[in-house]
Amino acid sequence: MLEIRGLAAGYGNIKALKGIDLDVAEGEVACILGANGAGKTTFMKTVCGLLRPSEGRIAFRGKDIAGMAPAAIVRKGIVLVPEGRAILSRMTVLENLELGAYHRRDAGIRRDLDAAMERFPILAARKVQRGGSLSGGEQQMLAIARALLARPRLLLLDEPSLGLAPLVVADIFRIVREINEAGTTVLLVEQNVKQALRVSRHAYVLETGRIVHGGPAAELRNDPKVMESYLGSGRVRDAEE
Amino acid sequence: MFAEQLINGITLGSIYAIVALGYTLVFGVLDIINMAHGEIFMFGAFVGMLIATKAQAPLWSAFLGAIAVTGAMGYLLERFALRPLRGRPGASHLASLISTIGVSILLENVAHKIFGAGNQLFETPFAEIRFDVGPVTVYLVQVLILAISILLMAGLSLWLYRTRAGKALRATAENLETAGLLGVDTTRIITATVVIASAMGGVAGVLVGMAFNYINNQIGLSMGLKGLAIIIFGGMGSVSGAMAGGLILGLSETFVVAYGSSGYRDAIAFIAIIVVLLIKPQGLFGQAAPEAQR
Repeated sequence: MLEIRGLAAGYGNIKALKGIDLDVAEGEVACILGANGAGKTTFMKTVCGLLRPSEGRIAFRGKDIAGMAPAAIVRKGIVLVPEGRAILSRMTVLENLELGAYHRRDAGIRRDLDAAMERFPILAARKVQRGGSLSGGEQQMLAIARALLARPRLLLLDEPSLGLAPLVVADIFRIVREINEAGTTVLLVEQNVKQALRVSRHAYVLETGRIVHGGPAAELRNDPKVMESYLGSGRVRDAEE
Repeated sequence: MFAEQLINGITLGSIYAIVALGYTLVFGVLDIINMAHGEIFMFGAFVGMLIATKAQAPLWSAFLGAIAVTGAMGYLLERFALRPLRGRPGASHLASLISTIGVSILLENVAHKIFGAGNQLFETPFAEIRFDVGPVTVYLVQVLILAISILLMAGLSLWLYRTRAGKALRATAENLETAGLLGVDTTRIITATVVIASAMGGVAGVLVGMAFNYINNQIGLSMGLKGLAIIIFGGMGSVSGAMAGGLILGLSETFVVAYGSSGYRDAIAFIAIIVVLLIKPQGLFGQAAPEAQR
């Protein structure tokens, strides 16, 4: 579904991505792991068009989308929930959701809005409140619900569990699984290695702008050497629990 | 007469509010002050004058003409003075501020060339029509200005808060990157915003012509400064702040002249603004600066 070859991108003279090859197959959950500064967020921003790649190809369902504007990429079916959630804090929860469906013109929007409220009752309760008044966990729910209203084929999630309480983190991963079971392909960037490997079929390890390991998530989970060398030993214990 | 001064103040204030709305809309999406807005407003006044006074055409056609010309100027401003500078690596967003200053100087001189430097009469056929409501004398022009201003402000609010495009504009104003991620074509929204803001300036120009009966190529500068003061006072980028700020400035100026001395008109108004800013630095309706965004 997503086929990336030799992707390079950066900010000014700083090269944050140095030739990334990565595939995401239709219907799966894939994850990208790596330490802070490895280039994970840069990668996500490049795929969804916020950053222009300096080299390489991003093919989505067979068509090259590298260099397209974010709005055009959304229309192709790739939607990003960015790190930090990017809630429109001055607009209401309902308006945030409505804007999720901005590019759609079909008649199903109303029904999808109702479905989102039903799935996330907390959003229904806070419908007319400003997005900025929600807690971190609620904002993450809103960000995910908003992204789903775009009816993505591929959902990109950048650190969805960052800064959330453990119970909420478990919720988020349950939702990721549900979204995937409903037929949406998911590409996840995470620092929560244990949970990410548990929901993913494939995993990639990113280090200073390069993919240093890629393969089935189960394999990675059982490979203490990879875990230790790339993800730090503290996380091995996490993963083995 | 208190009631008459109140009406005068509200009339003047609603014109100020419409000028300020033009600034605040553009500031919202681009984070810059459009320094050419005052001159676009001035062109609106001149186009209105040409149609209503010189050609003796009906007033509504003066508004339509002013909207068409200033809307087109807004488009050209965005397309050729702002867009080429946007998102260029290394270009400070102050570059586009300087660019609008250049456009404002150009427009003022073009107006000088076409219309000359002196005052031009802006006559409307019903300038002298007035009626008495009890002891209060009201001019038809005032009623008209007020009606058009209220219509414009209500229309803009409805559009911003009730329509898909208006919501997209507010999303773009809050965060350009996020709006793009939601599928909003931000370039188009920015262009539309500058066109709408400029057309509102054009309407305000015709209103000022109707209210003061004369115009010249300097009115852009003085009205522009007031518009700027109002949006700082009301809160940068705030639509309700621009409306409230405009009314407050108009009322305070009118009452200072009526009950004090006309020499202190601007001084008192600006002192009021300074006092408000000392107490509430982000302006009446301003939001505290949002958290740093990634």
